[in-house]
Formats: sequence, structure tokens, C-alpha cells
Amino acid sequence: MKALMFGWEFPPHILGGLGTASYGLTKGMWENGDMDITFVIPKPWGDEPKEFANIIGANCTPVAWRDVNMDYVQSRIGKVMDPQFYFDLRNHIYGDFNYMSTNDLGCIEFSGRYPENLLEEINNYSIVAGVIARTVDCDIIHSHDWLTYPAGIHAKQVTGKPLVIHVHATDFDRSRGNVNPTVFSIEKDGMNNADHIITVSNLTRRTVIEKYGISPDKVTTVHNAVEPLNEELLNLEAPPGKTSKVITFLGRITMQKGPEYFVEAAAQVLHKVNNAQFVMAGSGDMMDKMIRLAAKRDIADRFHFTGFLKGKQVYEMLAASDVYIMPSVSEPFGISPLEAMQMGVPSIISKQSGCAEILDNVIKIDYWDTNAMADAIYSIIKYPAMYNELREQGLAEVNQITWDKAGAKVINLYRNLINR
Amino acid sequence: MKAICFYFQIHQPFRLKHYRFFDIGNDHYYYDDFADDDIITRIAQRSYLPANEMLLDMIKENGKKFKVAFSISGTALEQLEQYVPEFIDSMKELAATGCVEFLSETYAHSLSSLYDPDEFVAQVKAHDAKIFQLFGQKPKVFRNTELIYDDDIASMVYSMGFKAAITADAKHVLGWRSPNFLYSSASAPKLKLLLKNGKLSDDISFRFSNPEWASYPLTADKYIHWINELPQEEQLVNLFMNYDALGELQPRESGIFEFIKALPRFAAESDIEFWTPSEVVSKFKPVAELAVPYPMSWTDEARDTSAWLGNTLQQEAVRKLYSIGERVRLCTDRRIKQDWNYLQASDHFFYMSTKHNDDGSVHSHYSPYDSPYTAFTNYMNVLSDFMTRVEEQYPASIDNEELNSLLLTIRNQEQEIEKLHREVEMMRNNIVKDTTGDFPIDEPEPAAPAVEEKPVEKKKPAKKPAAKKPAAKKAPAKKKAPAKKEK
Repeated sequence: MKALMFGWEFPPHILGGLGTASYGLTKGMWENGDMDITFVIPKPWGDEPKEFANIIGANCTPVAWRDVNMDYVQSRIGKVMDPQFYFDLRNHIYGDFNYMSTNDLGCIEFSGRYPENLLEEINNYSIVAGVIARTVDCDIIHSHDWLTYPAGIHAKQVTGKPLVIHVHATDFDRSRGNVNPTVFSIEKDGMNNADHIITVSNLTRRTVIEKYGISPDKVTTVHNAVEPLNEELLNLEAPPGKTSKVITFLGRITMQKGPEYFVEAAAQVLHKVNNAQFVMAGSGDMMDKMIRLAAKRDIADRFHFTGFLKGKQVYEMLAASDVYIMPSVSEPFGISPLEAMQMGVPSIISKQSGCAEILDNVIKIDYWDTNAMADAIYSIIKYPAMYNELREQGLAEVNQITWDKAGAKVINLYRNLINR
Repeated sequence: MKAICFYFQIHQPFRLKHYRFFDIGNDHYYYDDFADDDIITRIAQRSYLPANEMLLDMIKENGKKFKVAFSISGTALEQLEQYVPEFIDSMKELAATGCVEFLSETYAHSLSSLYDPDEFVAQVKAHDAKIFQLFGQKPKVFRNTELIYDDDIASMVYSMGFKAAITADAKHVLGWRSPNFLYSSASAPKLKLLLKNGKLSDDISFRFSNPEWASYPLTADKYIHWINELPQEEQLVNLFMNYDALGELQPRESGIFEFIKALPRFAAESDIEFWTPSEVVSKFKPVAELAVPYPMSWTDEARDTSAWLGNTLQQEAVRKLYSIGERVRLCTDRRIKQDWNYLQASDHFFYMSTKHNDDGSVHSHYSPYDSPYTAFTNYMNVLSDFMTRVEEQYPASIDNEELNSLLLTIRNQEQEIEKLHREVEMMRNNIVKDTTGDFPIDEPEPAAPAVEEKPVEKKKPAKKPAAKKPAAKKAPAKKKAPAKKEK
């Protein structure tokens, strides 16, 4: 089966959970066998893994004819894409886009991030999708998150193949209810045009059904999973000389993640327990406010801010942690507690996160219930049995949550759509 | 001829209130009285009281041919006395018919049989005393918490003078053998064993009102027919269940009361009698010995103790609890004793079960907590506070043996002082009589004559120096005073 996927991020150059999830799902589907996946991203860097998906860069796809030779293309985009494919794509240009700002290859430049002119970039992405859809043979189209819905719709119109959209988050999650009307309309349009909608949790499924008015039989939940960690990361150890218990918050310090509840719970615990330290790792627009709050609660001596952590640093932080907390106010899925569990860190998550639906061996609390959060923290750092049970059972549980199972579900869904 | 042996279990734990870590050291009251009151009153109204009434009617109607046995935990009795005293009266009435036998068990429905033999013996005695006080019966047959049983328990039970014990029909123990016989224990051959007939018991307590069950609806006619169909030599059917199966698990509307009520009539037609466990033991002979090296119970598919001790949380909590058992038994503080009892209820550990399969769903059904982890946290917070209180009574730095001898000295001294006091009193009276009031009685301080008298009365001079030293260490014992204030 041939699938054409539109995504925005792909490892190793990722900005959030979207890239990790897109990658995991693609790989999981490939592991099921008999899948030929073409994955489009705005701007590949050339070091993306290519063994299970054919990666196409939107910024390498011509929308305007340029008379260039093979060698020139090779030197320009050779490390990212097969040059011959450039010429295939060039043969399928379907309109005159010379009025747009294109480069020497007739391609539109993409940042591949979330720039100021994001809406313009989304629009350009869907123009490029037209060329790709005419070139690549596919049985089904799959769009990851709202940025790529217009591209998916366009491809569907061109090919007449069924469109699946994958809702990794909705604007209701990002904005605590104050949705941006433009974003909402793009999302709604995508959902209306989709033949089927995949959500990452039942929580998101409900949002799609209730807030976007989509018929429930069109929406299926496929929970995210995690990639197994490699030996190197698993063998990371806590720094020697660590004497106190470390309780960690890891993520963007924004309204959606509920950082203030973490600080309040920390204040309660620290007033009762001496040998504990709280760490808020990450950055975000609420960071300064959190620093002030910690100072106001008189816990700044044992409450630390690390700033943004990336790559291996994240796992080093987890290896040094005794408790991981994700008090998100609204989290479509939330993959980071699963990563903490992989590292053997007992986790506390809010009931308002999608991953709470599939996890048993974690402590679930309401994000606003700082008392319960403090109780749970105290229990884990004070009672060894609690720590060990959560650590071991959590590890066993998370190792069962693999992408190939999620992939099989998606493939099954594809089949039903194609045979309809 | 066949015999049905009915036995009903009544147990309610004292549920813990939400106890935060801030409360440790500050709040020494642990119980959720509201929930206890609410639950026991509801169950009593829906099940216990109407069921008692029904049993009474049945006994009257059937000319004392209908007999049952009860096992009521001490904590349940306390709650019933407090919240539903009319139940105790109704139970007394039942007891007076002579058709009801009360079984022995641990007072707190505890797991002490597996962890703390001394505590086990103490609790069984406490429970039997309570039964005797309320119903005037001395239990002869023993039934352990949730029918937990193994060879070690059998030996303990036998040495306490019981004729028989009641336990479950675990497949891994019975194998091909049928539970419908009387057995005896391998470790204590004189102890008889009554095994629950799991299928027929659960037909009533779990499946009775389930319309998806193939044998639905179950009628007394059909049920007695099944029993009658059993092979000729299988003469004993032990039906053991929770009392709240009548009216609570199987609601009144399902016709459960009418079903039970109709049993004796059909049983009489088929020459089936109703016996109490004691009767069974005296009338039947055991057919074989049963060896049970590992503990079994009547809970879950596995019929083992994993429902209470299956994960590390549960094991840790139980271990911590019984680690202070010896200490607590040294204490004399009434509230500590009481809390000790209540904290031992097996239910607390049941709530911590992390079995997520179908089997385990029953755990969350009964649990007041939303997750086993919350159950553990709450229990451990309470236990931490309890342990500090025990510690305050007797510091952990003194080991049990030393403490024991110190306590003995103190007690001996107290007795001796009392004895001497009495003597002083007596002598003073004698002096008053002898000297016809010439000696001023008020002049000698009460302490002074005591000192004077001592050398005369000192019969154990060796004891004195030993006793003097611990006098300084009496301090911990004296601390009782501030602890009592919190009442």
C-alpha cells in the first residue's frame, strides 16, 4: 500500500512532540510490512532517517520551470533528495507560479519552523503539495496536524484518493479555549474534507466531535507510543554525590503545561521535607513568572530552573530524577511521561492528558489538585516500595506501548477506507 | 442423605480518611466515620436486617431444622454496635434459637496469621471473647480472614483448641478431589477441614441475578436438584458467602430472599438437611488429609493471597505494620491498641492491589480510593503517624528484650509499692489503736514511714539496685500522660 504523508517536522530536527510522533508512526507502519510511505516535510536537512520512508522536501520541489542540468541540481540538493526526482517533479508543474518568490531551482523557500508568516508558509506548502500529488503514485493521503491539512485537501482534490487527517493537537489545547479563528477554520476545513480523522487520545476525539461538530463515526483514536531508548541513554546514571531527591518538570513553561501547579505543590512538599529539590526544565513565556512565584513561596533555594534542554540533556535530567511530573492543563497526548517511565522515573500526570487513558502505573491527579500532587510526591520520595513499584511496573508497562501496534491500527484503517 | 452447611461472613473495616502528609505528627484520628456509618447502615438496611428476619422466620417455620453459621469480624461488630444496634439485638434473637453457630476468626479480619503468630493468637482470643460477650457462645470452628489457610495456620489453630477450620476449594490444592467431603489437615491431623463448594456458593452470591448466565433464572427447585444430582457419596455441600450477597450483591428485587426461603421445603423433599459446621464435624469422618504448603484463600481466580500481598506496595505496607507488632503489644495505651487493630484489617491491603485484569476489577469496586497508589500513600501516611506514636511510648533505641525486662521491673515495683502502701496503712491503723491517740498521726509524712518500713519489709534486696537504675528510664512510660491528653 502506498501512502503519501504530509508532515511538518521529522527527527532529528524537531521542535515538539509532532516530529517524534510522526516519525514513530511512520516507522511503526513500516515495521508491519508492505507499506510504501512518502513523507513530505517543509525543509529536510539531509540527515533524516530514510530507510522506512521516502522523504521529500517541499523546498526542493519546483513550482516554476527552471532550465537546470543534473549536475547543478546534484550540487544544490543532492544531499537531501535524489536529483532525478527533481526532474520528475518538474514535469508535473501544474500552473504558473512565477509570480511567487522562487529560487534558482523554481522552489519556494521554507523555514520548517513556526515563523511569524506561518499562514503564508502553510499556503505555500499546499501549492507544493499539488506538484507532489501529481508526481507520486499513492493509495491514500495522510496529513499530520493542522499545518498540513490544506496540503492534504489539495492532494485529495488532485488524486481523488481518500484523505486521513491526524489530529495531534487542536487549537483548544494550545489556547485554553481562546481559539484563533483562522486556525480554527483551517482545522475545521481539514476535518470536513477528511474521509477519516485519527486523534491521539479520546480526549482529543471528544474535542473534535464536540467543538468541531464532526460525526463520531468518522473519528478514531490511535494512541501514540514510544520508541525504545538506546543503550547509551538507558545506562545514564544519576550524578555521583546526589544526596537529595529530585522532582522534575520537563516541558515548555507555558499556560498549557500548568507550571504554576508544580510550584505550588513544591512549596507544600518543601515545607515538610528537607532533602528534596525541584527542577523546572524548559523555557517559555511563563518562566519569569514562575521564578517570581518560587521566590514568593520562599522555596527558591531548592527550586531550580535549567532553561531549555535538548537531546541527551533531557535524558541526563531524567536519569537524575526521582519523580517526573506533567501537570498539563490540557494535553492531547503527552509523550514525555512515557519517556520518563522508559528511564525508570516514577511519573505523576494530570488526568487532563491523553496519555492518562493508556497508562496504569502512574499517579493520575487533576492538574489543579496541588494537594494530591504534593501527597503523591511525598509518597514516592518517602516510601521506597512506592518508588520501586512505580519504577518497575512503569518500565514494564511502557515497554509494551510500541509504535508497530499503533501502525497496525492505522494500516487497518487505511484498508477500510480504500475498500469502501 | 445429604447435608448443606451454610456459613455467612460479615465484615466491615474502619476506612481511613484522607490523611495527608501534613497530618503526620499532628492528627491522630485516622478514620472516615461518615463513610463507615453510611456504608454499614445502607448494607444493614438492604441486607443484614431483612436477611436476619428471613432466617428467623425460616428457623421458626422449619422447626429448627434450618441452621446456619456466622462469622462476624470484631471491627464489624463494633460498627454494628455503634451504628446499627438493632442488628445486634436481632442477632441475639437468632443466637437464642440454638440454630445459629458463631465461628471464630481474627478480631480485625487481619493477615496476622501469615506474619505474626503472637498477634494472631491474641486476636482470635479477643474475637472469641467478644462473641461470647454478645451472643454467649464459645466458637469451636475457626475461619481465617478470607479463608486464608495453610499448614502452619492449621497447626496454630489446632493448638488453640479448635476442632475444625473452614477454607476454600483451591484447584491447585484439591486437584481431582471434590470439596464435598470432610477433610483433615496434614500438619494437624485432628483438625478437620470444611471446604467451600465454590461453584454452588458463587451461583448464589455472584451469578444469581445475572440474566446472561446460562442457568438464569435460578430457582430453589433447580438448585436443590443440582445438589441431589451430586454423586451418592458426596454428602456435604458447604455454601460459604458474604452475608451481603443477600440483598446487596443480589438485590432484593432479584428474588434472592424468596429463593433462600424456599430452599428448606425442596431440601426436605429430597432428604437434604441443614447442618452447622460443628454438627458436620461431629457427624462426618474425614476422608483424607490435605497438605497445603502455600497459603490459599477464596479470592480471585488464583485462590491465593496475591489480592493482599501481590505487589511490592502491599508487601512493604504489611511488613512495616507487623515490624512494630511486638512493641504495640507492650503498650498499654488503649487508643494505640485500638488503632493497631483497625490498621490491620486486610481491606487496606486489598485496596492497594494493582491487578488490572478482570479478576482485579472487583478490587476497585470495593475500594474507596481511585487508584492503588493513592491507597498506599494514604495508608503509609497513617502508618507513619502511628509508628511515631508507638515510638513516643517506647523509643526504638531500646530493643524489645531490654524493654520487656524494664517494663517487668516497673510493674513489679508498682506492685511492691502498692503492697507496701497497704502495709503502712494497716500498721498505721494498728498504731492508732495501740497507742490510744497519743501519737500524732498527721506528723509523719506518708513517704517517711514508707522509707522506714522498707528495710524491714525488704525481702528481695537483690531486686532493689536493679530497680533503681531503670527508675530514671521510667520517663518513657510516664510519657503516657501527655499522650492521653489528646483524647
